[in-house]
Amino acid sequence: MSSPLLTVSCLAKRYHRGGKTIAAVEDVSFVIEPGETLALAGPSGSGKSTIARLVLRLIEPDAGRIQFEGDDFFALSGSALRARRARLQMVFQDPLAAFNPRATVARVLDDALRIHGIASRTERPRRIAALLERVGLNADLAPRAIHEISGGQRQRVAIGRAIATNPSLIVLDEAVSALDVSVRGDILNLLLDLQAKERIAYLFISHDLGVVRAIAHRVVILDAGRIAESGDARAVIGAPQSAIGKALVTATPKLHRTTAS
Amino acid sequence: MTALLSIRDLTVAYRRDGREVAALKNINLDIAEGERLAIIGESGSGKSTLALAIAGLLPASARIGGRIDWFLRQPLTLGAKAPPSVLPDISPARGEIGSFTAGPFPPTLAIGESGNESAISPLAGEMSGRTEGGVTERRPRSETVTTEPKFAPLGGRDIGFVFQDPSASLDPVMPVGKQIAEVARTHLGLAWPQAYAKAGNLLERVRLPDPDTALRAFPHQLSGGQKQRVAIAAAIAAGPKLLIADEATSALDTIVQAEIVSLIRKLVAEDGMTLLFISHDIALAAELADRIAVFRHGELVEIGATEQIIDAPRHAYTRALLDAHIGLDVEPMLRRAGASA
Repeated sequence: MSSPLLTVSCLAKRYHRGGKTIAAVEDVSFVIEPGETLALAGPSGSGKSTIARLVLRLIEPDAGRIQFEGDDFFALSGSALRARRARLQMVFQDPLAAFNPRATVARVLDDALRIHGIASRTERPRRIAALLERVGLNADLAPRAIHEISGGQRQRVAIGRAIATNPSLIVLDEAVSALDVSVRGDILNLLLDLQAKERIAYLFISHDLGVVRAIAHRVVILDAGRIAESGDARAVIGAPQSAIGKALVTATPKLHRTTAS
Repeated sequence: MTALLSIRDLTVAYRRDGREVAALKNINLDIAEGERLAIIGESGSGKSTLALAIAGLLPASARIGGRIDWFLRQPLTLGAKAPPSVLPDISPARGEIGSFTAGPFPPTLAIGESGNESAISPLAGEMSGRTEGGVTERRPRSETVTTEPKFAPLGGRDIGFVFQDPSASLDPVMPVGKQIAEVARTHLGLAWPQAYAKAGNLLERVRLPDPDTALRAFPHQLSGGQKQRVAIAAAIAAGPKLLIADEATSALDTIVQAEIVSLIRKLVAEDGMTLLFISHDIALAAELADRIAVFRHGELVEIGATEQIIDAPRHAYTRALLDAHIGLDVEPMLRRAGASA
C-alpha cells in the first residue's frame, strides 16, 4: 500500500491552568489511509476535538508530528500551507455557527471557490450549481439565506463547501449529532457516496458508537487524552477491551426490537 | 391508575413575523400518577411546547386553546375521592386568559366536605382561574385561613423542570447549594439552615462527589454532568408530583447520559414522582419510560406502552423513527471495501 494520507505521531497538547498542567492530548498516534474513515470516539474531555483542531492546524501541538500527503504539516507555511489546507476540510456540528449568518447558500460556496482560486468569476455560478447537485440539493436553493433553510439542507451546504476545494481528507466533528434522525441517515449516505466516488478520507469524531459502527472503517477510542484502544470499528465496538470502551458500549441506548423492521 | 393530569384539545400557536404558527394541534393526553411517560419527536414536533404548557411556562404571546386539568390530591386526606363530576375545573386558556385571571390574589379552592381532589390548570396565570360547579368557591387569600390547603400546581413546588442546558438554568454567580436551598426555603417554608441541610442531603441523593464542598461551588466549577445533577436536585427539592425532563441528557456524553438516566429512574421511584421525559432519542426513551407518545408537526401521532410502540408500532412515522435509529445491532451502512479492508 502507498504511504498513508495522514500520519499522526506522538501528538501532545497540554493546557496550563492555575499552575497545573492538564494533558488534553498525550502520546496519540494513528494513520488514515486514502478513502478511509477513521472515527475518534470517547467521552467529553477525552481529547477528540483537540485532536481535530491539531489536525486542522487551528492550534499547535506541544509535541509530536503530523504528516499530511507526505509533508510535515507543521513545517509548511505561506502559499504551500494555503494550497495544502484546501486539501484538508472540515464540517462541524452546527453549520449555522460555521457560516456567515447573513450569507446566502451561493455566497458560502462562492467564497470557498474564490478564496482558494478554484474557479474564475464567470465560471463560479456553474460550479456552485454543480456542487449543490453533488450534495443532493436543488440549484434553486442558491439565492436562499443560510438561516432560512433546514438543518439538514444546511449541513449539505457545509459538505458542499468542504468538497468545493477537492479535499483528500475532511474532519467531521460531530457533524451529524445535531440532526434529526430522519435526516441523519441521508447525510451519512451522502458522505458514504462522496467517499466511494471521490475517495475522500474522513476523520469522523462522534460520541455515538452506533453511528461510528455504521460508517467507520476503524475506530480510535480515547480516554483522558490517550488512546485506550483502536482497531476495526465493528470488532472494537463488538468486543471492547478497554474499560472506557466497555463503558461506552454499555451506556449506548439499545432498542430491543423483537420484530424485524 | 389515577390520572395526575388530563389534557384536552390543547392547541398552542406562536406568533412569528405577524403570522400564527401552530406548535400543538388538538392534543388529548392523560398522564397517570406515578407513570413514566416519554414524549418523543424530532425538531418542530411540539414536544417542548407540550412540556412548557404543562408547566405553565409558555410565553405570554402564545395563543392557547383547550384545557389541562390537574388532579392533585390533598396530602392529608388520601382516602376518599370526590367523583370527577364534582371536580372544579379551571380552563388553561391562558392566551385568552385576560378574562379569566380574576383578581390579584391566588384563589384557594375547596371542594365540599369530602373534597380532596381538585383540577386546576397551571396555565392560568398567577394560579388564578375560572371555576365552575357549585361545589367550588374561590376566595381571595385575605379571607383564607392559613391552614387551608392549596391545590393549584405551582412550578417549582408541584412541578420540577430539568432543561437541556444546566448552565442556562443555574445562576452563574450563586453557589449551587444556595440555589437548591432557595427552592426548599420558598416552597417548603424552611429556614436557611434547614434549607441548606436539605440541599446537602439532595446533593448526596444526586450522587455529587463531596456534597459539602459542592454546596459552596459555583456552576462553572462543575462539569456538565455535575451541573445537571445540581439542576435535578433543585428540581426535586420541593418534592414535586411531576418531574419534567426536557432533553435533559442531550448535551451530555453517552456515559454521563446513562448515569443521569439511571439517577432520574431512581429518584422518581424513591419519591413516587410522575415523570415526563422528553427526548428525540426513541431508544433512550424506551429504556426509561412505561409509555411513549410520539409527536410530529404538533400532532400526537401515537401513544402506547413502550413494548407496543417498539415492537408493534401502528403508525408509519413511528416505524420510520425506529428504522432510523442506528444502534449497535444494525446492519452497517458501510458495505464498500474500504482502504483498510
